[in-house]
Amino acid sequence: MKEELRPVEPAPVAYLQFKAALLLALFVLLVGGTALYLMYARGAFEATQRLVLVAEDSEGVSVGMDMTFAGFAIGRVREIELAADGNARILVDVPKKDAHWLRTSSMFTLVRSLVGSANLRAYTGVPGDPPLPDGAERKVLIGDTAAELPRLVASARELLQNLAQLSASDAALATSLANVQALTDKAKGPRGVMGALGSEADARQISAALARTNALLARIDGMAAKADAQVLGPDGLVRQGRATVVELGALLADARASLKRVDAVLAEAQAVAGNVRSASTDLGALRAEVDATVRKVEQLVDEVNRKWPFARDAELKLK
Amino acid sequence: MLATYHPRMPTKTFAHMTLAELGQAARRAVAGWWGIVRLAAQLLEMLLSRSTYSGENWRILAGHIVQDTAPMLAGFTVLASLVSLIVIRIVVVTALSYGLTQYALEMVVRVLVLELIPLGAALFAALRCTVPNAGEVAALRANGAWAAALHEGQDPLRREVMPRMASGVFGAVLLAAVSCAVTLVLAYLAVYGPVASGLAAFTRTVGQVFNPAVSLILGLKILFLGVAVALVPMAAVLGDAPLRRRQASAELQGLVRMFMVILLIEAASLVGNYY
Repeated sequence: MKEELRPVEPAPVAYLQFKAALLLALFVLLVGGTALYLMYARGAFEATQRLVLVAEDSEGVSVGMDMTFAGFAIGRVREIELAADGNARILVDVPKKDAHWLRTSSMFTLVRSLVGSANLRAYTGVPGDPPLPDGAERKVLIGDTAAELPRLVASARELLQNLAQLSASDAALATSLANVQALTDKAKGPRGVMGALGSEADARQISAALARTNALLARIDGMAAKADAQVLGPDGLVRQGRATVVELGALLADARASLKRVDAVLAEAQAVAGNVRSASTDLGALRAEVDATVRKVEQLVDEVNRKWPFARDAELKLK
Repeated sequence: MLATYHPRMPTKTFAHMTLAELGQAARRAVAGWWGIVRLAAQLLEMLLSRSTYSGENWRILAGHIVQDTAPMLAGFTVLASLVSLIVIRIVVVTALSYGLTQYALEMVVRVLVLELIPLGAALFAALRCTVPNAGEVAALRANGAWAAALHEGQDPLRREVMPRMASGVFGAVLLAAVSCAVTLVLAYLAVYGPVASGLAAFTRTVGQVFNPAVSLILGLKILFLGVAVALVPMAAVLGDAPLRRRQASAELQGLVRMFMVILLIEAASLVGNYY
């Protein structure tokens, strides 16, 4: 009877220790592997460099969110802090292996869309620029769809109000359309468009004006025919003008011949002028010689006066 | 052997209780929760003791771990995989139709790995392991074996309760860990297909979801759910007098308490994750 009161022992299991160790090992492997994988996924084993993005408003940015470049995640937000100047500082860790995509001229944007979280994006326009240094601080440009929405709604409301005013029953557009309809109704009448343009008398006057215009056009047509004959006819201006041009050509040929003759005369005149110039040169020499001779004669006369009874005392005395 | 007739005990609703009866009920409730805490402390002390992992004690503990955990591991993994596949497919197709595919994977990981799988694993372990174990202990107390072991100088708490509770906790945690890993693999295959090119993006998404706080909360949640489903039903059958006619009531009370604790843990994890 006492045997029945003993606790029931678990049924014996073959290789109990091994199986228990296997289960424990599986547990440890799973927990350890998961921990390592999560640390790897969080970037714990990755060498990174720091990038500081300064934004006026960090709304929508959360720790752990990605920064993308061309759609690929190349950085992760590690921390968001409020700077002393009131701007938000978004600290981004960029793995060293992806840091070469960022250059000193890179631009950074924070785009908030209507659905989903905000997106931090990097753009590099000049890949040849120097790489972005570690700890670089850049301004982030903010594009906010939600902020644009109220402005868009206000504009749409204004547009709709204008449309409502335009389409109202007493609006100018409706009145204009009614007038157009009345006009087209008149145009459908027996006098057609003429009837729509004014009264019966006006229409009659317009008809008369049209008839006179037709007559005038006929007269102008006749005048044009006459002018045609006078200008282009056998004795027309064109033919006479052509003969005049021929005569002018002959006159020009004569003038050219006369000019050639004048050229010859001028050449001769030039030769005469050359001779005159040489004669003038000889005259200069002759004059110089005459001057010298006269000067000698004068000296001779002075000498004669001094030497013989013609000498005079040229001394002046004071009395 | 004649069947014994147990007359049904008169029960009163909360509205018809006198103040004295209300006080007694409150005292019983407080005593029940206190019993859970005291049992947890005793079992923790035994688990931390070196003698638990040597000799006869280790043989009994290993036997319960293998017999309780191994049979339900494959079954729950298959069940969790099927449920996960269905949920993943629904989420991915819905996200695709709304043009939100970039959020599908994150949602799958959050819904399945953070919420459904740990809860499912704990409930499955309770159903297959810890509640039947509590029933076995209740049977021992009811048929006098518990008292006989005490009379012989043995410690039935160490020999019968601690191994069952430890194997229950271990089983619930292992089920959750295996199923979470399998679900992550299935989610990757469902979103990217059998190629390795999506591994970097998948790892990045997983890293975004499992920040340190979420990872800590998930770990604590799995552990506490395992402790709850193993401890509460056991405490319920140990706290009451070892009478056959009270056994069913104690087990039911234990289940109610277990669900309350699970609810509290779920609420706390939701608050921690999303507020």
